[in-house]
Amino acid sequence: MTPAIELLNVSKIYRRYGGRQFATLKSALLQRSILRTLRPSETFSALTDVSFTVPKGSTYGVVGPNGSGKSTALKLVAGITKPTTGTVRVQGRISALIELGAGFHPEISGRENVFINGIMLGLTKRQIHERFDEIVEFAELTEFIDAPVKTYSSGMYMRLGFAVAIHVDPDVLLVDEVLAVGDEAFTHKCLDKFSEFRRRGKTILLVTHSLSLVERFCDEALWLDAGVARSHGDPTRVVSEYLMSVEASEEHLMETTTAKAVAAADEHVQQAPSEPDASRPPENMFQAVEGRWGAREVEIVDVTLLDREGKPGFIFHSGEPMSIQLKVRAAQPNDDVVFGIGIFSAEGVCCYGTNTFLEEMNPARLVGEADATFAIEGLDLVEGTYKLDVAVHRRDGAPYDYHRLLYTFRVKSRTHDVGIYRPRHHWTFSPNLQFPAARDDD
Amino acid sequence: MFANLANLVRYRGLIQSLVARDLKARYRGSVLGFFWSFVNPLLLLLVYSFVFSTVMPNTTVGLQPYALFMFCGILPWTWFSASLSEATTSLISGGNLIKKVLFPAEILPIVSVLANMVNFFLGLLILVPSLIYYHHLHLSFNLLWFPVTVLVQLVFTVALGLILSALTVHFRDIRDLLFNILTLWFFATPIIYSWQQDNVRKYKQLFDLNPFTHLAITYQEVFFFGPVGHWKWLLALGAASVALFLAGYWLFDRLRDSFAEAV
Repeated sequence: MTPAIELLNVSKIYRRYGGRQFATLKSALLQRSILRTLRPSETFSALTDVSFTVPKGSTYGVVGPNGSGKSTALKLVAGITKPTTGTVRVQGRISALIELGAGFHPEISGRENVFINGIMLGLTKRQIHERFDEIVEFAELTEFIDAPVKTYSSGMYMRLGFAVAIHVDPDVLLVDEVLAVGDEAFTHKCLDKFSEFRRRGKTILLVTHSLSLVERFCDEALWLDAGVARSHGDPTRVVSEYLMSVEASEEHLMETTTAKAVAAADEHVQQAPSEPDASRPPENMFQAVEGRWGAREVEIVDVTLLDREGKPGFIFHSGEPMSIQLKVRAAQPNDDVVFGIGIFSAEGVCCYGTNTFLEEMNPARLVGEADATFAIEGLDLVEGTYKLDVAVHRRDGAPYDYHRLLYTFRVKSRTHDVGIYRPRHHWTFSPNLQFPAARDDD
Repeated sequence: MFANLANLVRYRGLIQSLVARDLKARYRGSVLGFFWSFVNPLLLLLVYSFVFSTVMPNTTVGLQPYALFMFCGILPWTWFSASLSEATTSLISGGNLIKKVLFPAEILPIVSVLANMVNFFLGLLILVPSLIYYHHLHLSFNLLWFPVTVLVQLVFTVALGLILSALTVHFRDIRDLLFNILTLWFFATPIIYSWQQDNVRKYKQLFDLNPFTHLAITYQEVFFFGPVGHWKWLLALGAASVALFLAGYWLFDRLRDSFAEAV
């Protein structure tokens, strides 16, 4: 099949604007070369050796974190900027939904702007006349089309921009994260319009953060990361690879957050060892402040979160097993020891709290170093960030070592249910209520 | 470059509607609206008339009424200077288009020049009746030089506009520099004084180096003095303007790819 869009070993290098780069005419004249000062001295590579082809009539998704070069790629395809090296080939008329309503003049009416915008996008006056009613109706602006554009709300502005761009009837449609412009109903209308484009054999290049859209909608996908193509091909595979990488970087973030919190709590204790409140709990235990207190006759030296395979980590999947492992060290042999655990939501709501005393387990003796593991069979929490309290204390509650909200972990879920706790559940229906093939959901 | 140049013809519809938009938007929301295009030059003419007949009367023979003589040069000068000021910043203020839409950037400075040309024509509607009233303007073949002069000025202004707009993207200083240069240029051109005065003729060679001298003189000859004797200079300037336009377009084309990043 003939490719509609073809990028071959494309790199794009931007010059960075530092203080010195902002050349003035004077400096250019003094150096007697205008073109030389235009040459960048510090550069930033937005895309590095990216190649991909989009066959005619297919829908191609580009995903990646912010700053990964997605929009640059789109601008290259649109021809707004030129690649530094490599070639970009596009066949057919392009319409780019990059910035909607770019070129609208605020002072003149929506009607006049539709005409000028349409001409800018390559339509003739007659073609716009023919499509005018359709455009206005699509934008849902029939009442306001003769008002100056400056009186429009941002949603109206975007809708009009979208309506004009989509009615250009391009062979290749470039879409940059513009579906977020309208309300739910308008978004559906846009998606319907895209589907219609697909049916008519048009090519769509879609840059988006909505991964489900890519999975549902695209024939192929590309994952860009820091200007490098990390993976391309089947959208489901590309998206899951991308998600795994996001998870890894989130994991790293959780790790640093936790390490920072522990270090800060330690520092606080060391800086003010004589201060009475350094070793005492705060007045109000329900206040969600991080910290560490206790005289440390028994000290928690390490806290590790383990996943189902026993690997330490910070990201867990809802419903899967998770263990909290406490490593403690007793300065002297001790028989008055209680281990406690508290799980808090990011807002500081206590999701669950328990200790060994409440569960009527009383260790007879603790000598030297020991491990205590709190094993959760199924982490039945909804998606979100959670914080952990861990403590060792006497039976009467006086703490040896209390770690308050120092440990952060994240629960991931593919179901977007709400609340905190997800009870184990399933739905049953009487036979006369039938469902299509079950949704793929873990 | 020449392919791009040929494209300009294709974009005439776009240029047309952008010029119309500029003119419409300029007076939108004002009470007199489009009438300002007439009222502005009319008020200016009245002010000059008052100043040069009452406050500091100029009674040079052959230049009467003096305000009208000045007006013949001021109108085209206003077109020229306003065009350049607007064209210079056109790429920067139209940055959204250049960055986000596939848009032929050279259209922006050209639109600035053309929109001001329309205003110039509207100003003529004040100038010409006044000239007829004072028996300065006669229907003759002499008037055929008028479109030629306008064309030469158009090419010359567009050429400068292209160069300045492209350079201003990279050197913002030009904007402020230009403002001062235009003031100096105005006084260095025989507009508010006549090139026939003895103390001006002394420096004829210097004045001849100023391109706008020849435009101003031709306009004055067409409107005020009668037969056009300056046409050789005008045609020479026309040829030079075409060369300047090609050079300017070449420069613009070379810098084109940098616009989307530097604007």
